[in-house]
Amino acid sequence: MGDYPSRSVNATAGDLGVTPRHAQGAGYGNSPSNYNEPPLGGGGALPKKTRFSIETGFRGLSTAAGAMVLVIIVAIAVFLISKAVPALQANNASFLTELTWFPNDTEPVFGIAALAFGTVLSSIIALIVAVPIALSIALFLSHYAPRRLATPLGFVIDLLAAVPSVVFGLWGRDVFQEPVRDFSIWLNEYFGWIPLFGGEGPFGQSIMLGGLVLAIMVLPIVTSLSREVFQQTPGMNEEAALALGATRWEMIRTAVLPYGKPGVIAAVMLGLGRALGETIALALTLSIAFKINVNLIENGGNSIAANIANAFGEANETGRGALIASGLVLFVITLVVNMTARAIIYRRREFRDSAA
Amino acid sequence: MAKRIEASNVSSYYGSFKAIDSVSMTVEPKTITALIGPSGCGKSTFLRSINRMHEVLPGARIEGRLTIDDQNIYDPDVDVTAVRRMIGMVFQRPNPFPTMSIYENAVAGLKLNGVKKKSLLDEAAEKSLRSANLWDEVKDRLDRPGAGLSGGQQQRLCIARTIAVEPQVVLMDEPCSALDPISTLAIEDLMFKLKDRFTIIIVTHNMQQAARVSDKTGFFSIDKTGDPGRLIEYDDTQKIFSNPSQRKTEDYITGRFG
Repeated sequence: MGDYPSRSVNATAGDLGVTPRHAQGAGYGNSPSNYNEPPLGGGGALPKKTRFSIETGFRGLSTAAGAMVLVIIVAIAVFLISKAVPALQANNASFLTELTWFPNDTEPVFGIAALAFGTVLSSIIALIVAVPIALSIALFLSHYAPRRLATPLGFVIDLLAAVPSVVFGLWGRDVFQEPVRDFSIWLNEYFGWIPLFGGEGPFGQSIMLGGLVLAIMVLPIVTSLSREVFQQTPGMNEEAALALGATRWEMIRTAVLPYGKPGVIAAVMLGLGRALGETIALALTLSIAFKINVNLIENGGNSIAANIANAFGEANETGRGALIASGLVLFVITLVVNMTARAIIYRRREFRDSAA
Repeated sequence: MAKRIEASNVSSYYGSFKAIDSVSMTVEPKTITALIGPSGCGKSTFLRSINRMHEVLPGARIEGRLTIDDQNIYDPDVDVTAVRRMIGMVFQRPNPFPTMSIYENAVAGLKLNGVKKKSLLDEAAEKSLRSANLWDEVKDRLDRPGAGLSGGQQQRLCIARTIAVEPQVVLMDEPCSALDPISTLAIEDLMFKLKDRFTIIIVTHNMQQAARVSDKTGFFSIDKTGDPGRLIEYDDTQKIFSNPSQRKTEDYITGRFG
């Protein structure tokens, strides 16, 4: 093989050849000097194959584990639908278009429109803010930072992912709200003519605050997964780009980003999944309002998950059914998001499969 | 088109480890020079020092002087990307970009250097693929993944990618060691053809290959593991393989290397 130390740790693994275990024999721990038994390679009659071996057992175990995933998914769907249907039948408004949420009244009226809008909008804000920053950090960690810096910094990022969301929510409500309010007032003053930043106030406990808190929560997931993906770029492809006269950034654009694209999409989708399902952080930072409003900086906003957390305690039978119906919608939204991501990854599959 | 490479007293280091010690050689334009020697003797390190790929590894550096037509390759003012465009490289294992088609692979270097015009790219793709003896095999499936070709075809695609940017010198680091004999023959034929346009330096473990393709041969060796590699002998290929002046060279090419 090469006369120079390989850049990729993995690349050298193949050179090790036989593992010590194989070198000894076929893995029964025989010492080479133990010649009393017949050699493992054979001699005498062909033995019967074992009928119930660890092999069969493990196969059954892993099949069962795989099947369990399907069972759980189906069970969740059945639960959501069976609880939601009676409430939906009692609804006096169109569930999909109604904005308000009064499922506990004697004449229940509720709809998902405002909640779904708030959920999607806050998640979009989170991704728009978080993804560029996360990818930059990931590239810095994988391709720019010296190792002495990259390792501790990566550790700090992972630590950020471990902060409970309720802490983020409290922090967003009590600390982060101040600067966001100031920033909102500034935006309103100079860019108030854009509907996104218009309005009369009060500002602060807005969909923007919620979205930014979500962005901070999504950031570590997207960062550490993307970094992982970028680090897996084959060293020989990076060298190929460099040898063609690429600068480091050009090398990243030619070899690293295209190679990592499916992984990055998966990372973003996981982040989006967290943002869509996030409950307590939004319940704490948004000041609840049931309307569809593109204004990002005025108080207001709500999301499906936050609404469930806020309203479940006081809900009656129909109210709970209505909340479960909203959960069903969230389930469908995340399912669609995930399937879209799969489709994107699948489309370029041919180019990846042949890469191995 | 082709340029002369001159090395004087080049020593390469990985951190504090000295991989090659004081190598001096002159490679004339439009020749094929083979570097042979046992594993770990520093021939690849020397090759990678020529186009400054050596320094990609953290802690790697060289001492001594390397020039291309009397310009110092390691001059602090020299743009390293320009050096690598001028001195192209083909690697041991075929490494087409896995996410790119055959066409995109062939013109990857041009795109990196800012060529955008479709007609220019088309022309360069065809020219380089023809030069690499690959055009007839792939012309109907240029939009297929480059990594879907056979190993030998991939390696020729990598050669096409390298020569598409019209370098002066082409370095090949054991380009055939991962290929079967027929693909190897195809690459060797290709080297003869490319010799008219480029200066070629090839590292090989295959002594028949060195004897077949090269005009000059350099023999590298080490005394023992941990010692730096040295250039033992550098002469016309004919002479190295028939009447080497060093005992070590003779031992190696006759298979008595211990």
